[in-house]
Amino acid sequence: MTHPDNNSDHMDSQTGKFGMWIFLFTELFLFGGLFLVYAVFRANYSEDFHKAARELNAFIGTLNTVFLLVSSMTVAMSLTAIQKKQKNLALFLVLTTLFLAALFMLNKYFEWSHKFHFKLYPGSEVLKNLARGELLFFGLYFMMTGLHALHVLVGMVLLSINIVKIQTRRITSQNYLLLENSALYWHLVDLIWIFLFPLLYLIT
Amino acid sequence: MDHEEVHVSSYASLAKVLVALLILTTISVLATGWHLGPITAAVALVIASIKVGTVITYFMHMKFESLFLKLLVTGVFFIFALVIIITFIDYLLR
Repeated sequence: MTHPDNNSDHMDSQTGKFGMWIFLFTELFLFGGLFLVYAVFRANYSEDFHKAARELNAFIGTLNTVFLLVSSMTVAMSLTAIQKKQKNLALFLVLTTLFLAALFMLNKYFEWSHKFHFKLYPGSEVLKNLARGELLFFGLYFMMTGLHALHVLVGMVLLSINIVKIQTRRITSQNYLLLENSALYWHLVDLIWIFLFPLLYLIT
Repeated sequence: MDHEEVHVSSYASLAKVLVALLILTTISVLATGWHLGPITAAVALVIASIKVGTVITYFMHMKFESLFLKLLVTGVFFIFALVIIITFIDYLLR
Protein backbone atom coordinates (compact mmCIF):
# COMPACT_ATOMS: atom_id res chain seq x y z
CA MET A 1 0.00 0.00 0.00
CA THR A 2 1.26 3.45 -0.84
CA HIS A 3 1.45 5.97 1.91
CA PRO A 4 -0.55 9.12 0.99
CA ASP A 5 2.55 11.27 1.63
CA ASN A 6 4.51 9.38 -1.01
CA ASN A 7 2.04 10.46 -3.62
CA SER A 8 2.12 14.09 -2.61
CA ASP A 9 5.95 13.94 -2.66
CA HIS A 10 5.71 12.56 -6.15
CA MET A 11 3.43 15.43 -7.18
CA ASP A 12 5.84 17.96 -5.65
CA SER A 13 8.67 16.44 -7.59
CA GLN A 14 6.66 16.60 -10.82
CA THR A 15 5.75 20.23 -10.19
CA GLY A 16 9.32 21.11 -9.28
CA LYS A 17 10.61 19.57 -12.46
CA PHE A 18 7.93 21.33 -14.49
CA GLY A 19 9.02 24.68 -13.02
CA MET A 20 12.63 23.92 -13.88
CA TRP A 21 11.72 23.21 -17.50
CA ILE A 22 9.85 26.55 -17.73
CA PHE A 23 13.04 28.24 -16.53
CA LEU A 24 15.13 26.29 -19.05
CA PHE A 25 12.82 27.54 -21.82
CA THR A 26 13.59 31.15 -20.89
CA GLU A 27 17.29 30.30 -21.03
CA LEU A 28 16.77 28.77 -24.45
CA PHE A 29 15.25 31.98 -25.80
CA LEU A 30 17.98 34.08 -24.15
CA PHE A 31 20.64 32.25 -26.15
CA GLY A 32 18.29 31.95 -29.13
CA GLY A 33 18.39 35.72 -29.57
CA LEU A 34 22.17 35.61 -29.74
CA PHE A 35 22.09 32.73 -32.22
CA LEU A 36 19.79 34.78 -34.42
CA VAL A 37 22.13 37.79 -34.32
CA TYR A 38 24.96 35.43 -35.18
CA ALA A 39 23.04 33.95 -38.14
CA VAL A 40 22.21 37.37 -39.58
CA PHE A 41 25.74 38.77 -39.30
CA ARG A 42 27.27 35.58 -40.57
CA ALA A 43 25.02 35.76 -43.64
CA ASN A 44 26.18 39.36 -44.12
CA TYR A 45 29.88 38.97 -43.39
CA SER A 46 30.54 35.37 -44.34
CA GLU A 47 34.18 35.96 -45.41
CA ASP A 48 35.07 37.95 -42.29
CA PHE A 49 33.51 35.32 -40.03
CA HIS A 50 35.58 32.57 -41.61
CA LYS A 51 38.73 34.64 -41.32
CA ALA A 52 38.10 35.60 -37.69
CA ALA A 53 37.18 32.03 -36.70
CA ARG A 54 40.67 30.94 -37.72
CA GLU A 55 41.91 32.78 -34.61
CA LEU A 56 40.01 30.29 -32.47
CA ASN A 57 41.66 27.10 -31.37
CA ALA A 58 39.47 24.21 -32.57
CA PHE A 59 41.46 21.80 -30.38
CA ILE A 60 40.59 23.67 -27.19
CA GLY A 61 36.99 23.88 -28.37
CA THR A 62 36.85 20.14 -29.02
CA LEU A 63 38.47 19.36 -25.67
CA ASN A 64 35.90 21.51 -23.89
CA THR A 65 33.12 19.77 -25.79
CA VAL A 66 34.40 16.42 -24.52
CA PHE A 67 34.64 17.75 -20.94
CA LEU A 68 31.04 18.93 -21.04
CA LEU A 69 29.70 15.75 -22.65
CA VAL A 70 31.44 13.52 -20.10
CA SER A 71 30.29 15.77 -17.24
CA SER A 72 26.73 15.54 -18.54
CA MET A 73 26.98 11.77 -18.31
CA THR A 74 28.47 11.81 -14.79
CA VAL A 75 25.75 14.13 -13.47
CA ALA A 76 23.08 11.90 -15.05
CA MET A 77 24.76 8.89 -13.43
CA SER A 78 24.82 10.63 -10.04
CA LEU A 79 21.02 10.73 -10.18
CA THR A 80 20.97 6.99 -10.86
CA ALA A 81 23.34 6.46 -7.92
CA ILE A 82 21.12 8.48 -5.56
CA GLN A 83 18.03 6.59 -6.71
CA LYS A 84 19.87 3.32 -6.04
CA LYS A 85 20.89 4.59 -2.58
CA GLN A 86 24.60 4.53 -3.51
CA LYS A 87 25.53 7.67 -1.62
CA ASN A 88 29.30 7.55 -1.99
CA LEU A 89 29.12 6.82 -5.68
CA ALA A 90 26.69 9.71 -6.14
CA LEU A 91 29.08 11.98 -4.26
CA PHE A 92 31.99 10.83 -6.40
CA LEU A 93 30.03 11.41 -9.62
CA VAL A 94 28.91 14.93 -8.69
CA LEU A 95 32.52 15.72 -7.65
CA THR A 96 33.72 14.42 -11.02
CA THR A 97 31.18 16.67 -12.75
CA LEU A 98 32.45 19.64 -10.74
CA PHE A 99 36.04 18.74 -11.59
CA LEU A 100 35.23 18.57 -15.33
CA ALA A 101 33.45 21.91 -15.07
CA ALA A 102 36.60 23.36 -13.48
CA LEU A 103 38.70 21.93 -16.33
CA PHE A 104 36.34 23.57 -18.81
CA MET A 105 36.75 26.94 -17.08
CA LEU A 106 40.54 26.50 -16.88
CA ASN A 107 40.61 25.85 -20.61
CA LYS A 108 38.42 28.91 -21.18
CA TYR A 109 40.79 30.96 -19.03
CA PHE A 110 43.81 29.97 -21.13
CA GLU A 111 41.86 30.53 -24.32
CA TRP A 112 40.73 34.03 -23.36
CA SER A 113 44.17 34.93 -21.90
CA HIS A 114 45.68 34.00 -25.22
CA LYS A 115 43.23 36.34 -27.01
CA PHE A 116 43.90 39.13 -24.51
CA HIS A 117 47.63 38.67 -25.01
CA PHE A 118 47.14 39.54 -28.69
CA LYS A 119 44.99 42.49 -27.60
CA LEU A 120 41.85 40.76 -28.80
CA TYR A 121 39.20 41.82 -26.31
CA PRO A 122 36.05 43.93 -26.54
CA GLY A 123 36.96 47.58 -26.97
CA SER A 124 40.65 47.01 -27.76
CA GLU A 125 42.43 49.04 -30.46
CA VAL A 126 43.38 45.88 -32.37
CA LEU A 127 39.77 44.74 -32.48
CA LYS A 128 38.51 48.17 -33.55
CA ASN A 129 40.85 48.16 -36.54
CA LEU A 130 39.68 44.78 -37.81
CA ALA A 131 37.18 44.45 -40.63
CA ARG A 132 33.61 45.05 -39.53
CA GLY A 133 32.59 41.41 -39.83
CA GLU A 134 35.59 40.23 -37.80
CA LEU A 135 34.78 42.76 -35.12
CA LEU A 136 31.22 41.44 -35.01
CA PHE A 137 32.47 37.84 -34.86
CA PHE A 138 34.68 38.55 -31.87
CA GLY A 139 31.92 40.56 -30.21
CA LEU A 140 29.59 37.59 -30.54
CA TYR A 141 32.33 35.15 -29.55
CA PHE A 142 33.04 36.95 -26.28
CA MET A 143 29.36 37.57 -25.56
CA MET A 144 28.20 34.02 -26.28
CA THR A 145 31.07 32.11 -24.69
CA GLY A 146 31.10 34.62 -21.81
CA LEU A 147 27.40 34.19 -21.09
CA HIS A 148 27.85 30.45 -21.41
CA ALA A 149 30.84 30.49 -19.03
CA LEU A 150 28.69 32.43 -16.54
CA HIS A 151 26.20 29.57 -16.72
CA VAL A 152 29.01 27.08 -16.11
CA LEU A 153 29.97 29.02 -12.97
CA VAL A 154 26.36 29.03 -11.73
CA GLY A 155 26.25 25.29 -12.46
CA MET A 156 29.41 24.79 -10.40
CA VAL A 157 27.81 26.58 -7.44
CA LEU A 158 24.71 24.37 -7.80
CA LEU A 159 26.84 21.22 -7.98
CA SER A 160 28.74 22.27 -4.85
CA ILE A 161 25.47 22.77 -2.95
CA ASN A 162 24.43 19.29 -4.06
CA ILE A 163 27.69 17.79 -2.81
CA VAL A 164 27.13 19.29 0.65
CA LYS A 165 23.50 18.15 0.73
CA ILE A 166 24.32 14.60 -0.37
CA GLN A 167 27.07 14.43 2.22
CA THR A 168 24.76 15.63 5.00
CA ARG A 169 21.98 13.31 3.77
CA ARG A 170 19.62 16.13 2.87
CA ILE A 171 19.49 14.66 -0.63
CA THR A 172 18.44 11.02 -0.43
CA SER A 173 16.84 8.36 -2.59
CA GLN A 174 13.46 9.70 -1.41
CA ASN A 175 14.21 13.38 -1.87
CA TYR A 176 16.43 14.34 -4.77
CA LEU A 177 14.58 17.07 -6.64
CA LEU A 178 17.44 19.53 -6.19
CA LEU A 179 19.92 17.12 -7.74
CA GLU A 180 17.47 16.34 -10.53
CA ASN A 181 16.93 20.02 -11.36
CA SER A 182 20.63 20.86 -11.04
CA ALA A 183 21.34 18.04 -13.46
CA LEU A 184 18.75 19.46 -15.88
CA TYR A 185 20.46 22.85 -15.62
CA TRP A 186 23.84 21.27 -16.21
CA HIS A 187 22.52 19.48 -19.30
CA LEU A 188 21.25 22.82 -20.63
CA VAL A 189 24.75 24.25 -20.27
CA ASP A 190 25.90 21.28 -22.34
CA LEU A 191 23.12 21.78 -24.93
CA ILE A 192 24.08 25.41 -25.52
CA TRP A 193 27.72 24.48 -25.93
CA ILE A 194 26.76 21.79 -28.47
CA PHE A 195 25.50 24.61 -30.71
CA LEU A 196 28.17 27.19 -29.84
CA PHE A 197 31.03 24.83 -30.62
CA PRO A 198 30.40 24.23 -34.35
CA LEU A 199 29.13 27.77 -34.95
CA LEU A 200 32.20 29.46 -33.47
CA TYR A 201 35.05 26.96 -33.77
CA LEU A 202 34.28 24.85 -36.80
CA ILE A 203 33.50 27.37 -39.53
CA THR A 204 36.96 27.81 -41.04
CA MET B 1 -3.21 5.58 -5.88
CA ASP B 2 -1.69 6.29 -9.26
CA HIS B 3 1.78 6.39 -7.83
CA GLU B 4 4.04 5.78 -10.84
CA GLU B 5 7.26 3.87 -10.62
CA VAL B 6 10.22 6.18 -11.15
CA HIS B 7 12.40 5.08 -14.04
CA VAL B 8 16.06 4.73 -13.13
CA SER B 9 18.53 5.03 -16.02
CA SER B 10 21.18 2.32 -15.94
CA TYR B 11 24.87 3.27 -15.88
CA ALA B 12 25.48 1.24 -19.02
CA SER B 13 22.79 3.02 -21.02
CA LEU B 14 24.14 6.44 -19.98
CA ALA B 15 27.66 5.36 -20.98
CA LYS B 16 26.36 4.24 -24.38
CA VAL B 17 24.73 7.63 -24.88
CA LEU B 18 28.06 9.31 -24.13
CA VAL B 19 29.83 7.13 -26.71
CA ALA B 20 27.20 8.10 -29.30
CA LEU B 21 27.67 11.80 -28.47
CA LEU B 22 31.46 11.52 -28.75
CA ILE B 23 31.14 9.80 -32.13
CA LEU B 24 28.85 12.60 -33.35
CA THR B 25 31.37 15.18 -32.10
CA THR B 26 34.14 13.42 -34.00
CA ILE B 27 32.05 13.43 -37.19
CA SER B 28 31.32 17.12 -36.66
CA VAL B 29 35.05 17.94 -36.31
CA LEU B 30 36.06 15.74 -39.25
CA ALA B 31 33.32 17.24 -41.44
CA THR B 32 35.17 20.58 -41.44
CA GLY B 33 37.86 18.89 -43.54
CA TRP B 34 35.45 17.58 -46.18
CA HIS B 35 35.10 20.94 -47.99
CA LEU B 36 31.36 20.71 -48.28
CA GLY B 37 31.08 24.34 -49.29
CA PRO B 38 27.71 25.98 -48.72
CA ILE B 39 26.20 23.04 -46.83
CA THR B 40 28.98 22.98 -44.19
CA ALA B 41 26.89 25.02 -41.74
CA ALA B 42 23.81 22.90 -42.44
CA VAL B 43 25.74 19.68 -41.75
CA ALA B 44 27.12 21.11 -38.50
CA LEU B 45 23.66 22.21 -37.39
CA VAL B 46 22.05 18.87 -38.25
CA ILE B 47 24.70 16.99 -36.23
CA ALA B 48 24.30 19.47 -33.35
CA SER B 49 20.52 18.97 -33.43
CA ILE B 50 20.90 15.19 -33.28
CA LYS B 51 23.23 15.62 -30.28
CA VAL B 52 20.79 17.97 -28.55
CA GLY B 53 17.94 15.53 -29.17
CA THR B 54 20.02 12.69 -27.71
CA VAL B 55 20.93 14.68 -24.59
CA ILE B 56 17.30 15.70 -23.99
CA THR B 57 15.94 12.20 -24.59
CA TYR B 58 18.36 10.23 -22.42
CA PHE B 59 20.45 12.50 -20.14
CA MET B 60 17.50 14.79 -19.42
CA HIS B 61 15.32 11.73 -19.10
CA MET B 62 12.61 12.98 -21.45
CA LYS B 63 11.95 9.50 -22.80
CA PHE B 64 10.59 8.48 -19.42
CA GLU B 65 8.69 11.63 -18.46
CA SER B 66 4.94 12.21 -18.50
CA LEU B 67 3.15 12.83 -21.78
CA PHE B 68 2.42 16.36 -20.57
CA LEU B 69 6.10 17.24 -20.16
CA LYS B 70 6.97 15.53 -23.45
CA LEU B 71 4.39 17.57 -25.36
CA LEU B 72 5.44 20.76 -23.57
CA VAL B 73 9.14 20.35 -24.35
CA THR B 74 8.53 19.26 -27.94
CA GLY B 75 6.13 22.17 -28.43
CA VAL B 76 8.45 24.81 -27.01
CA PHE B 77 11.44 23.55 -29.03
CA PHE B 78 9.24 23.57 -32.12
CA ILE B 79 8.18 27.19 -31.49
CA PHE B 80 11.81 28.07 -30.73
CA ALA B 81 12.94 26.65 -34.08
CA LEU B 82 10.11 28.46 -35.87
CA VAL B 83 11.01 31.80 -34.26
CA ILE B 84 14.65 31.42 -35.30
CA ILE B 85 13.97 30.13 -38.82
CA ILE B 86 11.12 32.51 -39.71
CA THR B 87 12.96 35.57 -38.41
CA PHE B 88 16.07 34.57 -40.32
CA ILE B 89 14.15 33.93 -43.56
CA ASP B 90 12.34 37.24 -43.09
CA TYR B 91 15.73 38.94 -42.79
CA LEU B 92 17.17 37.20 -45.87
CA LEU B 93 14.20 38.05 -48.11
CA ARG B 94 14.01 41.71 -47.21
